[in-house]
Amino acid sequence: MPEITRREFLKLGAAGTAGMALVPLANPLGFDVAAAKKRALDLRISGAKEVHSICPYCAVGCALIAYTKEANGKTQLLQIEGDPDSPVNEGRLCPKGASAMQLATSVRRVEAPMYRAPGSTSWEKKDWDFVLDKIAQNIKASRDNTFVAQDANGNVVNRTEGIAFAGGAAFSSEEGYFATKLMRGLGLIHLEQQARV
Amino acid sequence: MTNHWRDIKHADLILINGANPAEAHPVGFQWFVKAKLDPTKGPGAGGGAKIIHADPRYTRTSAMADIYLRMRTGTDVAYFGGLINYVIQNKLYHEEYVKNYTNASFIVKQGFDFKDGLFSGYNSSTRAYDTTTWTYETEGEPIAGAPAGTTQAAAKRDKTLQDPRTVWQLMAKHYSRYTPEMVSSITGVPVDQFMQVAKLVGEMGKPDKVMTIVYAVGLTHHTTGGQLIRSGALLQLILGNMGRPGGGMNAERGHANIQGNTDHAISWEILPGYLRIPAPGQKNLDQYVQASAPKKSDPNSWNFFGTNYRNFMVSLLKGWYGPKATKDNEYAFDFIPKPATNSSWMSIYDQALKGKMEGVILSGMTATSIGPDSNQVLKGLSNLKWLVVMDALPTTSSEFWHAPNMDASSIKTEVFLLPATHWIEKDGSFVNSGRWSQWKEQVIPPEGESRHDHWVLADLFDRVKTLYKQQGGKFPDPLMALTLDYKDPKKPELDEIAKEINGKNLATGGQMTSFANLKDDGTTTAGDWIYTGSYLDAGNLMKRRNGVANPQQNDPTGMGFYPNWAWSWPLNRRVMYNRASADLDGKPWDPKRPGIQWNGTTWVGDVPDYPPTMNPKDPAAWLPFIMNGEGVGRLFSNSMIDGPFPEHYEPVEAPIENPLHPSQSADPVAFLYDQAAGRPNRFGKVDKYPYVATSYRLTEHEHYVTQHVPLLVGLQPQAFVEVPEDLAKEKGIKNGDRVRVSSERGKLEVAALVTKRLGGLKLAGSDKPVYHIGIPIHWGFVGISAEKNKDISQYWLANALTPFVGDANARTPEFKAFLVNIEKL
Repeated sequence: MPEITRREFLKLGAAGTAGMALVPLANPLGFDVAAAKKRALDLRISGAKEVHSICPYCAVGCALIAYTKEANGKTQLLQIEGDPDSPVNEGRLCPKGASAMQLATSVRRVEAPMYRAPGSTSWEKKDWDFVLDKIAQNIKASRDNTFVAQDANGNVVNRTEGIAFAGGAAFSSEEGYFATKLMRGLGLIHLEQQARV
Repeated sequence: MTNHWRDIKHADLILINGANPAEAHPVGFQWFVKAKLDPTKGPGAGGGAKIIHADPRYTRTSAMADIYLRMRTGTDVAYFGGLINYVIQNKLYHEEYVKNYTNASFIVKQGFDFKDGLFSGYNSSTRAYDTTTWTYETEGEPIAGAPAGTTQAAAKRDKTLQDPRTVWQLMAKHYSRYTPEMVSSITGVPVDQFMQVAKLVGEMGKPDKVMTIVYAVGLTHHTTGGQLIRSGALLQLILGNMGRPGGGMNAERGHANIQGNTDHAISWEILPGYLRIPAPGQKNLDQYVQASAPKKSDPNSWNFFGTNYRNFMVSLLKGWYGPKATKDNEYAFDFIPKPATNSSWMSIYDQALKGKMEGVILSGMTATSIGPDSNQVLKGLSNLKWLVVMDALPTTSSEFWHAPNMDASSIKTEVFLLPATHWIEKDGSFVNSGRWSQWKEQVIPPEGESRHDHWVLADLFDRVKTLYKQQGGKFPDPLMALTLDYKDPKKPELDEIAKEINGKNLATGGQMTSFANLKDDGTTTAGDWIYTGSYLDAGNLMKRRNGVANPQQNDPTGMGFYPNWAWSWPLNRRVMYNRASADLDGKPWDPKRPGIQWNGTTWVGDVPDYPPTMNPKDPAAWLPFIMNGEGVGRLFSNSMIDGPFPEHYEPVEAPIENPLHPSQSADPVAFLYDQAAGRPNRFGKVDKYPYVATSYRLTEHEHYVTQHVPLLVGLQPQAFVEVPEDLAKEKGIKNGDRVRVSSERGKLEVAALVTKRLGGLKLAGSDKPVYHIGIPIHWGFVGISAEKNKDISQYWLANALTPFVGDANARTPEFKAFLVNIEKL
């Protein structure tokens, strides 16, 4: 019996509205199971837009297909699955990747900028302008407080010693590059991401 | 990775050290299994690749392995050193490769020595080496024809490898101490098992066999991390496996884009494209290149990186500072900050403890959970003036001020938590472990008030600039000069930034097609030269999607390169150093598994790591490793500050004295932050902490973010440690009991999982078993599980235990080997 690969199976699912696409495969799985699975998939993603993404977890770099639909003026995420065309994962995902949808649509998201004043025992919800202004003032003050233009030997060093920036393993590369550029622009020397830790 | 995920299916033998791909990179592991199931692969007559897993813990990777070695954590130099010794003693190395493609024949300077665990030049008061003897004997004048600052006199060579001062003879002598008995004494692997592996590895020096070494943070997270990896690379070089499909040294990276953001230098010591950050005292580009660029040390070495160092740096500066970067001001070289000392991860918190760090911005990264020494990190955070956390979900850093046992009212740190977008709410590329830069589309719009991290940073930068304009302040020139040539400088599109990274020809306005065309005269830009070629006038090559649906068309070599799926650096090359996959004449070492080959007029196959039409038979042809000054692989190198050959040193907290040299047990140049800062070291000894601990990740969790994902919390609901059955019996610990694990720095109180996966090791001639305790890292005081288990989650931070000490070279914390005690609660 010819084996139906996961790729072919997913391809069939991805065909969306082409409901009878299984026929040419001459019933490889036993038609009932495949048809039932496909129908379930169809109902979920029929008419959906297919968008390409990459898994946000480890660095295997599994390609994802996300299905979205516009409803009530909002883009709704319906489903995420492995991309069968990828030479990296060929459609497969691990438990983390397979549940990526729950990370994408978490109800636990930080809703608004939050602020804790020194010594305070609670968060306060603030607007963006409030926090960005305050942080900008902090950055400037700390830069001015700790900027070294020349070291003790008279070398030009133009460095900000008292601010550190760390992060970025889930940044897009372009965001990471941009962060490096801006932080070096501010004179930062303490720059780090997850490569060491 | 020198190679890439799909390439692992070409291997005959797979050594896995410091890694657990079946659980930590499960989808990547399919390529290991493919090799195993392929009857044309494998040692001897084939029958499938063999997998050898060396790890203190029996995991699902071990279950799929042909040989599992229960090996003590942090002893991989001893293991690889033993294999190197076996291969050399039995003449099983790839002789032609060793002679022509490595620096085996180079003569090392008189005065270089290794004695009692120390290389020549050690200064015990500064805990540092003077490395002047770690270099080659040279002859004549500096080699002509290379740019200033990138050449030196040619190294003397003895191609017969007989001179006792050749790298080869020194290396053979160095590793002659690593006998199977010594390896066993250090690692705990029985001699017969080690020999079984050595025999398989010994076959891999044949040109028609190839072995890969796969590793992860189980190698890096040690005070000897850099050297653990280098010892594997040495083995691969003498077996002739570097540069070949199915070969190489392959690091499995743990986060979606840790690779891309290392390439783009969110790292204190580099600028994008692995250009070194300038140091104080370098007054101009000449001095910078002289101090930073590799030096041509053989007439046939291209020294491509060194030769182009200045082109890459000037193109970066021109990209960043635009019209303010001119020939007269050395292209604004002074605008780049010049650190005097190491400024990496632990240094940030070390400076905070000293009161010298005022503000920290954390973006998608939590200091508290990561540690090391989470309690000390919490003190550091409490010492800041301000902390900004940009994240989609709360973290143990955003919430540090009201963590268990913290008194919020006494903590003066001003804390901001900014809602950032998720990966799926923005486009841009992720670069996987195999250097494939894969573009993702924006799938859904930002949730609620969330903003992209780079828009937040752009907005902040804009506000800071405004403040400087209004109020003046310290040297604002670099801020004002920084180019922000985007449609909206406060909301740059990632597509615009991707174009900038690639770089352009300022005269024509066209995108650069190759870094080989970058100039040092201010006429070209490149935000990151290793990505030049990724975004052409014709479009963004990282978006390409010609995948496995049509292998005949999309994988013309049949080697799995899939050159039109995404884009890999450099220049879409899929296997780095691939010139070394072919012999001196350009024929593949193994015709069944070619990387590139010379067809008489051009190199075909993968994108060649070599000039595409350079005839290998031309006497002036370049040596194979074009990025090195030597033109060959370095068995001996002065680029590591703790020795030109890897040597086994014990972790800072170890259960035994180093059997090789008890007087110099640990790495003599490992960086002891506390000691250097005048704080007590807080290292434990076996009398109080008799068990070895090692930390790791589970399939179902990713660091800490998945504590917010209900399905995954359901699969792995609460903190635990793995305890070997024999030890549990000894301690009266039953499966599920609550236990306290303590180190000199902190404690964990969690459930015990009693298991056969861990077991005792016999070390250094003693019959008393040494046990490992296994510690998953994922839990803390934030997340679904912590909220549900408030009564028992107070001591769930695994890194409360880990030591505040760093690798000599990379300053990577020693997360993977330390001492603890365990008791039943």
